[in-house]
Amino acid sequence: MELQEAKEKIVEDFSMFDEWLDKYEYLIGLGKELEAYPEEERTEEHLIKGCQSRVWLCSEKRDGRLFFRADSDAIITKGIISLLVGVYSGRTPEEIAGDDFAFLDEIGLKENLSPTRAGGLASMIETLRRTAEDAK
Amino acid sequence: MFPALGEKVYGKPLVYLDNAATTQRPLSVVEKWRRMALERNANIHRAVHFLSSEATAEYEAARDAVRDFIGAADRSEIVFTSGATASINLVAFSFGERFVGEGDEIIVTEAEHHSNIVPWQMLCERKKAHLRVARVSDDGHLDLDQLSSLLSPKTRIVAVAHVSNVLGIVNPVKEIVALCHSRSVPVLVDGAQGIVHCKVDVQDIDCDFYAFSGHKIYAATGTGVLYAKRKWLDEMPPYMGGGEMIETVNFSGTTYARPPHKFEAGTQNISAVPTFIPALETARLMGEDSAVGKYILDALTSDSRITLYGVPRGTTDKVPVFSFSVKGVHHEDLALILDKMGIAVRSGQMCAEPLMDRFGVTGMLRASFAPYNTLEEAKYFIESLNRAIEMLL
Repeated sequence: MELQEAKEKIVEDFSMFDEWLDKYEYLIGLGKELEAYPEEERTEEHLIKGCQSRVWLCSEKRDGRLFFRADSDAIITKGIISLLVGVYSGRTPEEIAGDDFAFLDEIGLKENLSPTRAGGLASMIETLRRTAEDAK
Repeated sequence: MFPALGEKVYGKPLVYLDNAATTQRPLSVVEKWRRMALERNANIHRAVHFLSSEATAEYEAARDAVRDFIGAADRSEIVFTSGATASINLVAFSFGERFVGEGDEIIVTEAEHHSNIVPWQMLCERKKAHLRVARVSDDGHLDLDQLSSLLSPKTRIVAVAHVSNVLGIVNPVKEIVALCHSRSVPVLVDGAQGIVHCKVDVQDIDCDFYAFSGHKIYAATGTGVLYAKRKWLDEMPPYMGGGEMIETVNFSGTTYARPPHKFEAGTQNISAVPTFIPALETARLMGEDSAVGKYILDALTSDSRITLYGVPRGTTDKVPVFSFSVKGVHHEDLALILDKMGIAVRSGQMCAEPLMDRFGVTGMLRASFAPYNTLEEAKYFIESLNRAIEMLL
């Protein structure tokens, strides 16, 4: 699936929910589906700063593409990072670094998080971007 | 009476349970605030014109209202500040300048808000003094024997919360003061939570200092009180220099005004301070419904998934501030889901990181009730909490 297509699918999924609680159910589901995080990567270095809950993100480059793995001790946050990993894992660094991440606004994730949590989401995006820049 | 409580969030009636952070305001407070800003705006204590006299009268009437509310012996013992944090910083600085030296000791407790830890750490750093920490037990009560053992000839002051903002446990401040005074050690009581839920009589407690914020007891933000026994205010040097706090100013030397003005340098929060008058009147009129606290306490302690921090031993040693964790569930997830159900609660460290470490958690969920919260809201909270836990487990 192309990046654009993956983002559109998420926007479409979210458009089915009228209630915020349903969006959370969906994110909790995504969080539970997330592949187990490698214990050896659960380090200070991979901890994303600026989140109220703890979030780890590590990456690996294979055949010119970046693959991400992530974890969080809070399940909704884990769902959010799972959503990001689902959309951006397996893309080229150029694709990720050049993306505007605007679909997150479209699904209302940013404005409906409290400032501390929006800060957390911003930190996650920033980490993805920086990782992609470094991997170019 | 409290317009904010009638608001809807995400289409659901707001259930506001973050009162330990700040309370909602009654119309009478907003009206006083508006009137001071629009119709009585003039600088106080100086000019002879009409507006200034009226504003001064309101500001000083607020001092009388506070004196009366906490039972202080004299109105000169009430110093207005910007909040409890500013009050404690004032004491840590001014008392520290005069009475704390190298090698001296200051005692705080493990259950303090950062505002009653950091100013003392800063003082210790300035003066090369040492901070000693009194412990709390597993059920959240202060260990008085251990506190007693910390008192030494080097102890200069003990700073303790009347009620912990996390545990909701009422410390036996009168007993603590008697103990410390028997060793000639003064006591500062952080009353940020205590002023809301306990009947405070500073002469009965006999504390040397009592600090609290206005915004946690219905008054305007940016208002606070430092009660201090007059003898300390006479002996302590001023915290800030400027207008209002002086008697005469010369380049060869300046003499200071008498308390409380000695500690109120510069233009004060003149529009907001008078809101103490309607705010304290509201506080006096509103009795706390003990059924609300009892209902929540029973619900939380009877649920095996929940660990409550701060468990009462008697019937009068806990205010309706409930911090807890749920096994297998992150506090932040719970707070997010409850928010979408219309319930405002707090999650995280609650400005008490040492206490989080004490209980070995990264954070807690806190529901803090005010006298305006109803039993119906308490029931909706417990019902919603159960729903949220089920979503997350």
